[in-house]
Amino acid sequence: MCDDCGCGNNEGFHVHPGPGKDHPHKDTQSHHEHHSHSHGHQHSHDTDGSWHSHTAADGTVSWHRHGGHGAQPILDANQREAERNRGFFRARGILALNLVSSPGAGKTTLLRATLEKIHPDIGCAVIVGDLETQADADALRPIGAPVVQVTTGTVCHLDARMVSAAVDSLPNNNVRILFIENVGNLVCPASFDLGEAHRIVLLAATEGENKPLKYPPIFHGARAVVVSKTDLSEPAGFDIAKARQAIAQVDPGAEIIELSARTGEGMDAWFGLLDRLLAQDAPRT
Amino acid sequence: MHELTISEALLDQLATLTGQHGWQQLSRVWVRVGLLSGVVPEALIFAFEALAPGTPAEGAELVIETESGRFSCAKCGEFDLERLTFVCPQCDGQLKLLQASRELSLGGVEVITPDSTTPS
Repeated sequence: MCDDCGCGNNEGFHVHPGPGKDHPHKDTQSHHEHHSHSHGHQHSHDTDGSWHSHTAADGTVSWHRHGGHGAQPILDANQREAERNRGFFRARGILALNLVSSPGAGKTTLLRATLEKIHPDIGCAVIVGDLETQADADALRPIGAPVVQVTTGTVCHLDARMVSAAVDSLPNNNVRILFIENVGNLVCPASFDLGEAHRIVLLAATEGENKPLKYPPIFHGARAVVVSKTDLSEPAGFDIAKARQAIAQVDPGAEIIELSARTGEGMDAWFGLLDRLLAQDAPRT
Repeated sequence: MHELTISEALLDQLATLTGQHGWQQLSRVWVRVGLLSGVVPEALIFAFEALAPGTPAEGAELVIETESGRFSCAKCGEFDLERLTFVCPQCDGQLKLLQASRELSLGGVEVITPDSTTPS
């Protein structure tokens, strides 16, 4: 699927900090850290999570580990980097939100309306991910909040390393909320923790009600699902009750916010959520 | 989803472990997969078998252990299932997904040893 979507092949992503800044064009080296923290034990200390062996009567030797930290993660490089990002955001009192949706669900429009309303009273910064172009960053920069565009080349999601590289080129003063606008894609971003405090999924009224049931990994565990483009619900024949039902099946704990960033309808609930998340997850005194 | 990349990472990991422990060849490999890992077991096995030749896992059987998720049905109550579904297998009613993991990890290996006298 998607030619293996280029995952793990992150050469060639670029960070564009915006005009007037230096333009590092970080072609990150693929740092394959094979840190294998396992040392074989010849007997079973079953709770320390290290590798140990058992020999069956026929002489077959099997090795495994369990307990402790559990089995050995297969794609753990991203997870380590994500935890590093999370620690950084927490230390700085920055609320990092990972915005995901299919392409064209209205992430950039929602961000524009959000920045116009709350920035600079609540300092915002944005990282936008796309395969190519700076169109989204160009749409957001006039508002004044720092915007970093990450062009991923062929990679269909942001990963934690791209985010940390982008964060390096952001001014960290006075940033209270970092919006990370992920690449439009409901599949791959689900597997890549960026170190965000919360994932927020947008579901446009024009997409139909069943998307959450079709793409459970991205919806499950999201802090909130924003049903966007509600001004188009009627012409699109969108059944909000059905959509709410589908969201509740996949992500029973999610808060559901209906809004139209274009008309402003429902935006107060969105700003209310941001206020609460700021107080809960990135308090400053 | 990323089955090729995952298989590559897995085979790398196996080669490293094999070197560290002085193993020769593997006959079986266990991988644990959560319902929300995005991994399709058939695709993972296909990719693994395609990439394994020339590595210590050549010819090894890849065994995928799915970690079940917790579901609830208004009529039938709460239970675990090993597949992702939103239709109750008992009453065809709607299911809620309460909990499922994104786990994707190497659970263990079976080693072919020339002298099979290693003490346990």
